[in-house]
Amino acid sequence: MSHHSHEEIHGIGYGILVLVWLGLVVLTGVTVVASGVHVPALAVVIALLIAATKSSLVVSYFMHLKYESRIFHVILLMGIVTIAIFIGLTFFDVLFR
Amino acid sequence: MKNIREIALEEHHDFVGAKMGMWLFLLTELILFTGLFILYAMYRVRHAAEFHAAATELDVVIGTINTLVLLTSSLTVAVGIEALKRRNRKLAKWMVLLTVLFALTFLVNKYFEWSAKIHHGIFPGADELLSRSQGEIIYFNLYYAMTGLHGLHVLVGMGILLWVYFLIARKPSEKVVVAPPNIEYLKGAQLIASKGEQERWVIDEIKDDVVEVEVVIKKDPKKAGVDIPNIIKLENAGLYWHLVDIIWIFLFPLFYLIT
Repeated sequence: MSHHSHEEIHGIGYGILVLVWLGLVVLTGVTVVASGVHVPALAVVIALLIAATKSSLVVSYFMHLKYESRIFHVILLMGIVTIAIFIGLTFFDVLFR
Repeated sequence: MKNIREIALEEHHDFVGAKMGMWLFLLTELILFTGLFILYAMYRVRHAAEFHAAATELDVVIGTINTLVLLTSSLTVAVGIEALKRRNRKLAKWMVLLTVLFALTFLVNKYFEWSAKIHHGIFPGADELLSRSQGEIIYFNLYYAMTGLHGLHVLVGMGILLWVYFLIARKPSEKVVVAPPNIEYLKGAQLIASKGEQERWVIDEIKDDVVEVEVVIKKDPKKAGVDIPNIIKLENAGLYWHLVDIIWIFLFPLFYLIT
């Protein structure tokens, strides 16, 4: 059993982690520069898209989700769908009242 | 011929179960912050201009530095987990300690940021703030509530990481305790502790006056042994820490970069 669980713990290389970090730093730079864009509606969309990209990098590699079994993906998806419903319905109410 | 009893030192771990519990907890955290983000979004729709005006008062440089500090701390804890999985206890220790220091740096920056604002009379309920437009009041109240709750999470994460640091720093050891009533089973027998197929340790005969048997195996820390349960503890601490990072990834553009 303990031998088995040793094998379950396979890791990813340090190199990939550093690369992901570099990507995150670059995206932070991009989001700061892009905030200078003078189209308010577009600026919010760009900022949120970059934040979402950064988060998915953190979740996939730092949080190891890419290497976890399917049930973990389902758990996260459940969370995201729940949140999307909250946000979607609230916006629907506020914007079309 | 002597009676022989054997106790197995095998450890059983449920890594998947432990991790799943953490992920489910993180979902509840996500929903907690989502509530606040929705509040922010709704008020921003109503008071767009005031939100933009108020945001100019935040220091983008400190915000950016803090973003980089948190991103780097996420890297160090991820490398620490990787190192521990590869049985490199020394590197893991340093990486976790570095993560704690980054967390502290973030909080110190936040302290200076908040004090400067409070010094200028910008905090919930302050006369200076209340004399402003409604949108600006809401913006700063949300700023304090959301970065405050996030800061609390940074503080908790720092504490957890520090605790795991001490667990990793401790000498690797394995322990099995046999106490009443199971001790009766060992009495009058020669005791053998075993681990896996190869390792066997012969212990004394257990006499009638023995109340408890404790088998502790301590290992040479220089030979880079790792207590297996510490791996999952560090992994879960890391998961929590990454969530704290992700929340900041959204807080940063929404509060600092909407000018």
